[in-house]
Amino acid sequence: MTALVEIENVSLRYRAQAGVESTLAVEGLDLSVAKGEFVAVVGPSGCGKSTLMKLATGLQFPTRGSVTVAGQKVNGPVSMAGMAFQNPVMLPWRLTRDNVLLPLEVVAKHRRSFRRDKAAHHQHADELLASVGLEGAGDKYPWQLSGGMQQRASLCRALIHKPDLLMLDEPFGALDAFTREELWCVIRDLHAEQGVTVVLVTHDLREAVFLADKIFVMSARPGRIIETRLVDIPKPRELDVTYTPEFADIVQELRGYIAEARQ
Amino acid sequence: MTEHIDEELAPRSGINWIRLAPWICTIGLFVIWEIAVKLFDVPYYILPAPTRIWGAIVEFGPALWRNSIQTLWTTMAGFLIAIIFGLALGLFIGWDRRIYAGLYPLMIGFNSIPKVAVVPILVLWFGAGWVPAVLTAFLISFFPIVVNVATGLATIEPEMEDVLRALGAKKFDIMTKVGIPRSLPYFFGSLKVAITLAFIGSVLSETIAANSGLGHMMLTAQANFEVPLVFACLIALAVEGIGMYAVMAWLEQRMTGWAHRSGFSQ
Repeated sequence: MTALVEIENVSLRYRAQAGVESTLAVEGLDLSVAKGEFVAVVGPSGCGKSTLMKLATGLQFPTRGSVTVAGQKVNGPVSMAGMAFQNPVMLPWRLTRDNVLLPLEVVAKHRRSFRRDKAAHHQHADELLASVGLEGAGDKYPWQLSGGMQQRASLCRALIHKPDLLMLDEPFGALDAFTREELWCVIRDLHAEQGVTVVLVTHDLREAVFLADKIFVMSARPGRIIETRLVDIPKPRELDVTYTPEFADIVQELRGYIAEARQ
Repeated sequence: MTEHIDEELAPRSGINWIRLAPWICTIGLFVIWEIAVKLFDVPYYILPAPTRIWGAIVEFGPALWRNSIQTLWTTMAGFLIAIIFGLALGLFIGWDRRIYAGLYPLMIGFNSIPKVAVVPILVLWFGAGWVPAVLTAFLISFFPIVVNVATGLATIEPEMEDVLRALGAKKFDIMTKVGIPRSLPYFFGSLKVAITLAFIGSVLSETIAANSGLGHMMLTAQANFEVPLVFACLIALAVEGIGMYAVMAWLEQRMTGWAHRSGFSQ
């Protein structure tokens, strides 16, 4: 397996801005994500997890060190990543379907043919929405959907252009426990079907263990990787697995690392 | 939205109070005014009764109409220039944080200048008449449009920007796909404020240097001690103001209905 994302000895210092002194967000960060892998990043709050997301997608550049994505050194937005955040950020004036289709209007590969193939794209969007349990929601406005449904739609938006890399920044943080577990399964299935590389940033250790092949634990700010834990629970995993002792042990172990990191 | 409220209130009482309320209040105001003037025997040259004002409206009908049209015209001309200029400047300022930072203090400074002080300068440049009136209406009403459009652009969610930039979107894409549609409710909302300001501007200029328009008519009536006519002019202005405001509110509802989701907005 070749590495899709390679972060080597990266430091990033945010410049001082309006009363906030300059902060070192990450220092000596080293990690690599193989193609098709599902990776989770956990750590105490404010440890630079979101910075990691921005580095891997080329929205931020390292002060020191290098970031390589798909064999190329990153010197601008990588333009092949799909992203989803805790806040679904849908555009309220567009139908849910048109929100999902937004990336196709922007990505260079699709934008020229977008109008011509509109019918096909339409169908693709509706199929994708159906695959996350949103049949018929394409014709509704996002604000007519519940928070969990909007979050599903935002996952569809992140996936519509078949990205090589899917970046998820606490995508289920604002949802209730039942919806969250349901969406875990949605993500699990999407990953299994599409073979996309996923980087999941999360606070939720159970979520990380349930979904990921490999978990990176970050230290407190300035963030770096203090532990890499492979999750050897066989896939596909069902929700029942979260109640096994084996699962609980891994969660417990991670909890230990984070408690250490917080001191 | 009104329809929403209507459905809830109408069946219970049988009378649509929401629809009636503005009429009841307006008529009530005039009735109280009439009674108060009669009761305290206020002389007509201090405060004329509504019936007396109505008399003046009938008496000076054609002249009042002509001047109202004149004022409406200058106001709308100034307002139109304000929309075009305000939109352009708002987009320009909201485009980039540095432009925003650079021009904002200037704008505030400009807006703080009382426009009364500007009218004599305009008269000096363009002579008395409708030109200073149009320009004053424009100068006084473009500011809220600029600020609102710029604010709409400047407050794009950073996550949305990240989503698009991670797809290789350029600034232009982000602005056309997100920024501009997003600032439209702000823009149409600002029109309601701007149109009333535009009336203030044009009438202000007409009272200082013009030979027609409601402002000019008011000044002449005042000089002739025709107090009921002064009030007739004020009422004509108020009617025009309400009318244009209603047009702007309707336009806002039509263009950006998606932004009015709760039953209380409007």
